[in-house]
Amino acid sequence: MTLPATLRRPRRLSSRTEDLIFKGTVAFLGLGVLGLAVGIGLSLAGEAGPALGRFGPGFFARSVWDPVREDFGVLPHIYGTLVTSLLALLLGGPVALGTAVFLAEFAPGWVRNPVSYLVELLAAVPSVVYGLWGLFVLAPLLRTTVQPALGNWLGFLPLFQGPYYGVGIFTGGLILAIMVIPTMAAVSRDVIRAVPDDQREAMLALGATRWETVRYAVLPAARSGIVGAVLLGLGRALGETMAVTMVIGNRPEIPASLFGPGYTMAAVIANEFAEATSDLHLSALFAVGFGLFVLTLPVNIAARVLVWRVAWGPVGGE
Amino acid sequence: MGNLGPLKFLALALSLLGVAAAACAPAGAPRPGVPAGAPTLTGAGATFPYPLYAKWFDVYAQKTGVRINYQSIGSGGGIRQLLEGTVDFGASDAPMTDDQLARASGKILHIPTVLGAVVVVYNLPELGAALKLSPETLAAIYLGQVSRWNDPRIAAENPGLRLPDIPIAVVHRSDSSGTTHVFTDYLSAVSPVWKERVGRGTSVSWPVGLGAKGNEGVTGQVKQTPGAVGYVELAYALQNRLPYALLRNRAGNYVGPTLENITAAAAGAAPTLPEDLRVSIVDAPGPNSYPISAFTYILVYQEQRDPLKGRALAEFLWWALDEGQAYAPELHYAPLPEEVRAKARTLVKTISYQGKPLLEK
Repeated sequence: MTLPATLRRPRRLSSRTEDLIFKGTVAFLGLGVLGLAVGIGLSLAGEAGPALGRFGPGFFARSVWDPVREDFGVLPHIYGTLVTSLLALLLGGPVALGTAVFLAEFAPGWVRNPVSYLVELLAAVPSVVYGLWGLFVLAPLLRTTVQPALGNWLGFLPLFQGPYYGVGIFTGGLILAIMVIPTMAAVSRDVIRAVPDDQREAMLALGATRWETVRYAVLPAARSGIVGAVLLGLGRALGETMAVTMVIGNRPEIPASLFGPGYTMAAVIANEFAEATSDLHLSALFAVGFGLFVLTLPVNIAARVLVWRVAWGPVGGE
Repeated sequence: MGNLGPLKFLALALSLLGVAAAACAPAGAPRPGVPAGAPTLTGAGATFPYPLYAKWFDVYAQKTGVRINYQSIGSGGGIRQLLEGTVDFGASDAPMTDDQLARASGKILHIPTVLGAVVVVYNLPELGAALKLSPETLAAIYLGQVSRWNDPRIAAENPGLRLPDIPIAVVHRSDSSGTTHVFTDYLSAVSPVWKERVGRGTSVSWPVGLGAKGNEGVTGQVKQTPGAVGYVELAYALQNRLPYALLRNRAGNYVGPTLENITAAAAGAAPTLPEDLRVSIVDAPGPNSYPISAFTYILVYQEQRDPLKGRALAEFLWWALDEGQAYAPELHYAPLPEEVRAKARTLVKTISYQGKPLLEK
């Protein structure tokens, strides 16, 4: 049988050479990305050098940020970054997981498709839009209703005391939760869908309810993938800049209350980079960036590995 | 990239883009009476005067064919780019420091172009009339020493006003800005305690208060928080119809930020201005002077490297100090008083190429 001319293999290169070229190209591209990450890390560290040299490890342990006297310590920013991200996961995680389970296991097709589409759409809304909404809608709402209510019921805890500004650590965590829900829900849904139907059928055949099927057959199999989705959300929360800057209050202090204003590492860079005129100030901002880079890189790597394990690795491990 | 820092790299990339854009654009469609091959100037810096500068550049290009590309990247960025020689001129709300001037490759002139003002805005809906503040009280509020609106110190200056018993929610800019520099410069000038504890700068370590991003952030925060006080550029207060405080000036009068009062501040400061005009005019003398007024500058090298561009730049500055002033009021900028324009013109006349002045005036 003869193939049409267009389908015949072009005879210019041997298949071996072709493979070598292909392999070399993708290896170059792949390692290029790695090189980029290493390069960014190195140049950040280089620019951060003067500040880190001047303040030493104390840079990450002191609570002072005074550009006028050029005295910098970034502990409040680290605290704000970690606490808002943690809040985002605590508030957003259950919602995202519930959405994912509903969409993957329970929703009928006519609900699943539009809702899935909307969830993905939410993930694509620019963060400055979330920030403006947070400042003009969410913060006033929190100040007038949610914060007084929490203060009434839980005011015996130091976490819920103090004046209600509307903006602050709590608002920052809440806006982050709203922002990371779509990412976590979309990835978790895909991971849950990837669990083979054999598992569900076996469980149902044993007489399990839908809940038991999800609880004992589906979620354990998808566990590492869901953890990966959560870590992806965490990565986004740690690095999110604009939205948090607009609602966190931008005060370099560690407040006892969640209602108090705080600061994040990304926010201080966004706020001060454009007008940082002294070399040490600029270097301190690079050092903050380096710290944030060091913080987010392992989170993202862990997320990739976990997602990869459930999607392509041995199914139903654990 | 060797030692090319990211900022330098960015500056390089931007200037390459600028060159590419200039090369692609039709080289100034010849207009009647406009010399062909008029140079294109590039500048970068302050965001505060950008609306006025954009208007100026547009009008000036139509008039003379000289096109001016301006990136409003902030005063700090403008100074940095000028020092690195990637732009023909910089623009800044604050004068350059001695330290920065020492790093320049030549003498840099500060040409004031127009005046801006920082206004103190507040959210006290049932007040009845405009709030009056003395410099001492304003400093005490931002130092956290006065923390409720019905504090006797505020009440003493505002007899007859219904001052509520609510906490003062202090709002300041979180991003570094020329506005913050002018405001903290004023507080440092009027309050020794502020000068000692906080000082002046584009971003400072605030004793109290919430940080909001940008003029729009401060405006939003003040509008939504009953009992809030903040500071913004005049144009933002006017556009958003925020009530602003009348401030007691050095002559003892409570004055509002009208364009006349801002110009009056520069006129009041004029007799004591140094020749290089590199000076703050906050808390200026004069019966009508609005106390938180400031120049915004265009920064140029006195010795130009390119005679064609240098002459175009000097001619533009001359025009800005003359006809250009008329465009200021409609955009809420205060024109310079004649005394200051005369001094600025003297500086423009010294712009030279190989030691020879470029302007024949």
